[in-house]
Amino acid sequence: MERKTDNQFHHALKFREDLCIGCSHCMNICPTEAIRVSHGKAQLHANRCVDCGECYRVCPVGAIIVEQDDFENIYKYNTRVALIPSVFSGQFPDSVSSGEILSAVHELGFTHVIEVEEGVEFLNDRFNEYIRENQAKKPLISPFCPAVVRLIQVKFPTLAGNIILLKAPVDVTALHTRKELTDQGIASEDIGIFYVTPCAAKIVAVKSPVGEEKSVIDGVINMNYLYNKIFKILRQKKEKSEVTGFSHLSEKSICWSLTHGESGHMTQGRSLAIDEINNVIEFLEKVENEEIDGIDFLELRACDESCAGGILCPGNRFMTVDKLRKRAVKSGDSKGNTPESKTGKISMNDPFLLENIPLGPVLPRSIIKLDDNMSEAMIKMKRIYELNRVLPQVDCGICGSPTCKALSEDVVQNQASIKQCIFVQKILEQNDKMDMQESIQIMKSIWSDNKLDQNSLKDEINEIN
Amino acid sequence: MSSEKMHFEYRVEGGNFSEAGYPSSQVKKTLKQLNVEGNVIKRTVVALYEAEVNIVAHAYRGVIAVDIDTEKIIITLTDEGPGIADIKKAMEIGYSTATPEVREMGFGAGMGLSNMNTNADKLSITSEVGTGTIVEIMNYFHK
Repeated sequence: MERKTDNQFHHALKFREDLCIGCSHCMNICPTEAIRVSHGKAQLHANRCVDCGECYRVCPVGAIIVEQDDFENIYKYNTRVALIPSVFSGQFPDSVSSGEILSAVHELGFTHVIEVEEGVEFLNDRFNEYIRENQAKKPLISPFCPAVVRLIQVKFPTLAGNIILLKAPVDVTALHTRKELTDQGIASEDIGIFYVTPCAAKIVAVKSPVGEEKSVIDGVINMNYLYNKIFKILRQKKEKSEVTGFSHLSEKSICWSLTHGESGHMTQGRSLAIDEINNVIEFLEKVENEEIDGIDFLELRACDESCAGGILCPGNRFMTVDKLRKRAVKSGDSKGNTPESKTGKISMNDPFLLENIPLGPVLPRSIIKLDDNMSEAMIKMKRIYELNRVLPQVDCGICGSPTCKALSEDVVQNQASIKQCIFVQKILEQNDKMDMQESIQIMKSIWSDNKLDQNSLKDEINEIN
Repeated sequence: MSSEKMHFEYRVEGGNFSEAGYPSSQVKKTLKQLNVEGNVIKRTVVALYEAEVNIVAHAYRGVIAVDIDTEKIIITLTDEGPGIADIKKAMEIGYSTATPEVREMGFGAGMGLSNMNTNADKLSITSEVGTGTIVEIMNYFHK
C-alpha cells in the first residue's frame, strides 16, 4: 500500500509485520491518519507520518519499534562524544548521582560526555533577536520539536513560513563541541558525535533533517537502550565512586526541553507553550484561521510534558519533570552568580556558531491536497462528499481506514473500495447485490484469513450463543 | 479551462461570537484540499472571518454563500440588519459603530472593513439602511 513517493520520507518508527496482530489501535490513534490496516497488518503511509510516536505508545504487542544505530558504531571514531539531554538525568532514582551516571557513560566507551543544553543560552539570545527582526511573521513557531515541524509541513502548510529558521540546541552543542575538539588538534573525521534521543522524531531530524543538507551529528542512541546499559553498570558497582557530575547548567538550560522551557524566556511580546500533539493540532487550526491574535512566539511540543514524555524515556514523565525542576532550583542556588553559569561555556557571539546555526527554508509538503490539478481536486472533493454521505459516520475502522471520511478519501484516491464498509456490505446484501462469500472475502483482505477463519473458535462461539 | 464549480452556504446568527469562525475554517479546509497557494488561503480566510464577525456584531442573521471555480473564489455575505449609512466612512481605518459590549470582547476596533479590503482582490459592499448589507469578496487563485 506504500506509495511510490513514500521512499523519500525517512522514518524511525518501523512496523514489524511478524509481530503485528492487526488490532488497529495504532490506526485509530494516529493524529495524521497515516495508518491503514490491510491483510491483517498495519500499513504506514510514509508521506503522512510525522514520527510523533503515538502509535508506539498504544501498540499492545510491541510490533512498532524505533530504529537505532548499532552501538558498536561509536568505535569507528577515536574521539567518541555522547550528547546527553538533561531529561536523561531525570530518569534515574534520586539515589543515583549525576557523577555516577556520567562515569557509567564513560565506562561504556565514550571519551567525552556533554549535555545537550549547553547550547541553550546562546540559542535563547538568537531566538530573541530573531523574534525582534521578524515581527511580520507572527506568531513565530519554535523549530525545537521535529515532530511538530513535520506536522506543520504536512498538515498546516500555510504556517511553514512561521517556523524559526535556527537549529536546535543539540545541533548548536554538537557544532560547538566539534569545533572545540578540532581546535585542540583532533581531526574532524576522528570525532564521532552521538546523540542520546528521547524520541523517534529526533532520530529522523538527524537522519533526514529539514532545512539542512546533513546533520552535524554522526549517530543516534535510543535513551532506553543507554538507560538499560547504565543501570546494569550501576548495579554491578560495589562501592560508589566519587566522581564529579555534569558540568554546570543554568536553571533555564536544565528545563529548556520541558513544557514552558522556551516560552518563559522569550523577552519579546507574548509567548505560549503547548504540549501534546492533539493540543498542538487544535491550536494550530485556530492560528491558521487567524482566530488567535497577538502571540509572538509559540513553543509547541508533540509529547505530553514535552521531552520528559518522549517515547524512549523509561521513567515516568511527571517524576522526570519534578526531578529536573529540583535540579534546576539547586543549580540556581549553588553557582547562580558566576558569569559562566549564566551563559554556559559557549560564547554569546561565537562567530562560527552565528554563521552555522541558520536553517534553510522549511518547505510545505501538504497531505491535505487532493490533486495537483485544481479541477481534478474539485471532482475528487465532490466525490468524497457524495461517498461520505452514504457512510454511517460511526468511524468504526472495520473498513481498514480510521474514519468514514478517510475511507471516502481512500476510495477517491484509488486506495480502497467503498465495499470495505461493513454497513455498505449489509445494505448490498439485503438488496442481493452482494453474497456472503464476497463480503467475507473483503473482510479477509482487510483483517487476514485468520481472524475470519470458518473453523477457528467455531465451537466456542456456538457454545456462547 | 475546466468548468468545475462548487457552491456551499453557511448560516450566521447575530450576537453569537463564540461560534464565529466556523465558515472560515471550512473554507480553509476546502482550499487546502484544492491545493490553493497558502498566501491566497490566508488572505481569503482573514477577509471572510472579518466579514463574518461583522454580521455577528451588527446584524440579526446572515447567509454566507461560497462559490469556487478553478480560477477564483467568490464569497457573498448577505445579512438582515441595520445596514451601513455611509460605506465610505465605514471603510476608514478605526471607524466603528460597535457597542461597548462588542468592543469588550475584543472585536469592533474599526479595522474590519479596511482589513477585508487589503485581503481581497475585489471587495464590493452594498447596503440599504434598515434592511441589510451585502458584502462580496473575490480572490483569484493565480495571479
